[in-house]
Amino acid sequence: MSVIAIIDYGVGNIFSLMCSFSRIGQEVQLTGDPDVIAAADRVVLPGVGAFGDAADKLRETGLDQVVLEQARSGKPLVGICLGMQLLFERSLEFGEHQGLGLIPGTVAPLSSVIPAGLKIPQIGWNALKFPKDRPKDPIFRYVKEGDHVYFVHSFCGTECDRDVIAVTEYGADVTAAVARGNVYGLQFHPEKSGEIGLNILRAFCEM
Amino acid sequence: MITKRIIPCLDVKDGRVVKGVNYKGLADVSSPVDLAKKYSDGGADELVFYDITASAEGRKLFTDILTEAASTVFIPLCVGGGISTAADFERVLKCGADKVSVNSGAIANPDLIPEAAELYGSQCVVLSVDVSLVDGTYRVLSRGGRDNTGMEALSWIERCVKAGAGEVVVNSMDTDGVKKGFDIPLLQEVVSRVNVPVIASGGAGSIQDFVDLFQKVPEIDAGLAASIFHFGEVDIRDLKKELAAAGVNVRL
Repeated sequence: MSVIAIIDYGVGNIFSLMCSFSRIGQEVQLTGDPDVIAAADRVVLPGVGAFGDAADKLRETGLDQVVLEQARSGKPLVGICLGMQLLFERSLEFGEHQGLGLIPGTVAPLSSVIPAGLKIPQIGWNALKFPKDRPKDPIFRYVKEGDHVYFVHSFCGTECDRDVIAVTEYGADVTAAVARGNVYGLQFHPEKSGEIGLNILRAFCEM
Repeated sequence: MITKRIIPCLDVKDGRVVKGVNYKGLADVSSPVDLAKKYSDGGADELVFYDITASAEGRKLFTDILTEAASTVFIPLCVGGGISTAADFERVLKCGADKVSVNSGAIANPDLIPEAAELYGSQCVVLSVDVSLVDGTYRVLSRGGRDNTGMEALSWIERCVKAGAGEVVVNSMDTDGVKKGFDIPLLQEVVSRVNVPVIASGGAGSIQDFVDLFQKVPEIDAGLAASIFHFGEVDIRDLKKELAAAGVNVRL
């Protein structure tokens, strides 16, 4: 049976993420051990909180290099929420911070993307929209346009149009998911998005 | 566009869900985990688990139940009741809570909200406030509505949001348990003052009460209720269909 490694770099609450993989019958390990990560079939980069702190922790633990190696190896890798934002080149959250650079683009405040007056953070269930100019990505094979997923975020991916595989409408189109080859990023929380979310994780596990 | 949320609230005591009229005369309803599963399958957008246990063993039982619920349902879980320190946040977040609501704890300790927001992020910190209109002024009540703190409610809410609360649950003690509808005037005041999600609580008795809520106060993000869901008086699927038919954007 295939194994998923969730990268443990001391950031965030991964209890629900672990449970959701178990629910779909997927063996999962929370680990910061480079050998265990290298031996896994798929890799998940989780994260909540502030970009700068998380990026620092990833570097301090040396796990940034491990993630980059795994991405280069062609293994399916997904960043979730802040984990997705860490895949970008840079973030403008409280100053400018360097990300992993796996997805070209910049993480910018939602307020720079959406009209004034809307509540920030975006908290709640919003619908997925797929770009018309490209085929639906396989990670969404079990979901359809208009299905709702759960968002909690104040920043979002920008200047990444080439790699966007889903957006959500919050006053403007906001990046909901990106993919570049084997590297995926989900802004929303699949582990908190009911059956739809589990189906997205299921599709990831089949890659 | 983001959808309006429907949130059942489960008051948990000694491992069971309870709900009394005006919080007095508690009546056992069901198993928290079974009910959570039922609501999640039935279209609830989020669940609130409210710990109304006083004893240490009750608290342990509560976190066990929370852990089981979080490994059974995959929608956001907010936990409240007995949260007075950052350590209390840690305790429930570890068991699968996504958000933590503070009420009396924030009144007793003004540093609790900023401290928790710094540690866990504002999105995780929910202010829950029990409000009653006393001699023409909205006041904050504490201890489950038994004591009038004398604090003016609207400025209290504003202060807490500035201090880092990322969401506000407004529970009107004047409409709670009465089942004649939400406290529209109070909610209109609150949404005009803060720009974070506001959750209406207290007074829902029928589907029409939710339709009125979202139509009269379009800035409201969510409606919370307990007994009408627990006793099957309102089915969440039916409620959401009716809301959609009335032009309210919901997740079906």
